[in-house]
Amino acid sequence: MTLGSIVSTLGLEVLTPELSVNGGADVTKGHASDLLSDVLANAPSGGVLLTIQVHMSVVAVALHAGLAAVVFTQGMRPEELVRLKAVQEGLPLLATNESTFEVAGRLYALGLRGRGEPE
Amino acid sequence: MINVRYRISGGDFDTAGLATRRLKEHLAGAGVGAAVMRRAMIASYEAEMNVVIHARTGTLWARLGSEKLDLEVVDEGPGIPGVELALREGWSTASDKAREMGFGAGMGLPNIRRNSDQFGIETLLGKGTRICSTILLTRVAHRTEDAG
Repeated sequence: MTLGSIVSTLGLEVLTPELSVNGGADVTKGHASDLLSDVLANAPSGGVLLTIQVHMSVVAVALHAGLAAVVFTQGMRPEELVRLKAVQEGLPLLATNESTFEVAGRLYALGLRGRGEPE
Repeated sequence: MINVRYRISGGDFDTAGLATRRLKEHLAGAGVGAAVMRRAMIASYEAEMNVVIHARTGTLWARLGSEKLDLEVVDEGPGIPGVELALREGWSTASDKAREMGFGAGMGLPNIRRNSDQFGIETLLGKGTRICSTILLTRVAHRTEDAG
């Protein structure tokens, strides 16, 4: 489903209204992690990341991993500089007050999956 | 095709990742494919973060040829006491600050090695560390590609 559909279905707050959440490729995968080395190595490209990490490196890692968007959970919000960097790089940032567990469950119910079993 | 060097500043979390970011632009401009790019970004970013977290200063040197990408990250820093330990998943001496930022989970060096076709590390206590990662451009299957 599109990122826009995910946003509306889960009632996510769009922190980067400068960027469109519609029109991109369908999002079929996701990853939940607060360890950036894990995100870098294991998050599926084109997927969404659920995390409570809100500092600048999250944007860098999300870009290197080719992610479609980052969802900050549990009411976490990045500073404006981080938000502006994401806008500049074309990375949509989303937010929710729900826990990572809740959001992951709802995304799974919508058909999204993780990266799959490692070899 | 590409032979570039980037400076890395130890302890500067604000500009951390910049060298890898510039490398990405160079590699994209050279037409490097998504699978190789992902592995290169993992190796480069982890090695760069090692310098930021542990060392005073460092250099990322990247050479892209027709068959392989060579990455070499050299730092001036404390060196690694017990390299074999550092290559184990979960072993880390990172600061609390680094850990709070989601690094220092002991995944860095193992991630680099796993995403390299050839990997080398030399360290001298009190002097610094040199990490070499070679990624073959023609290799087809790798677990990281599953992530895509």
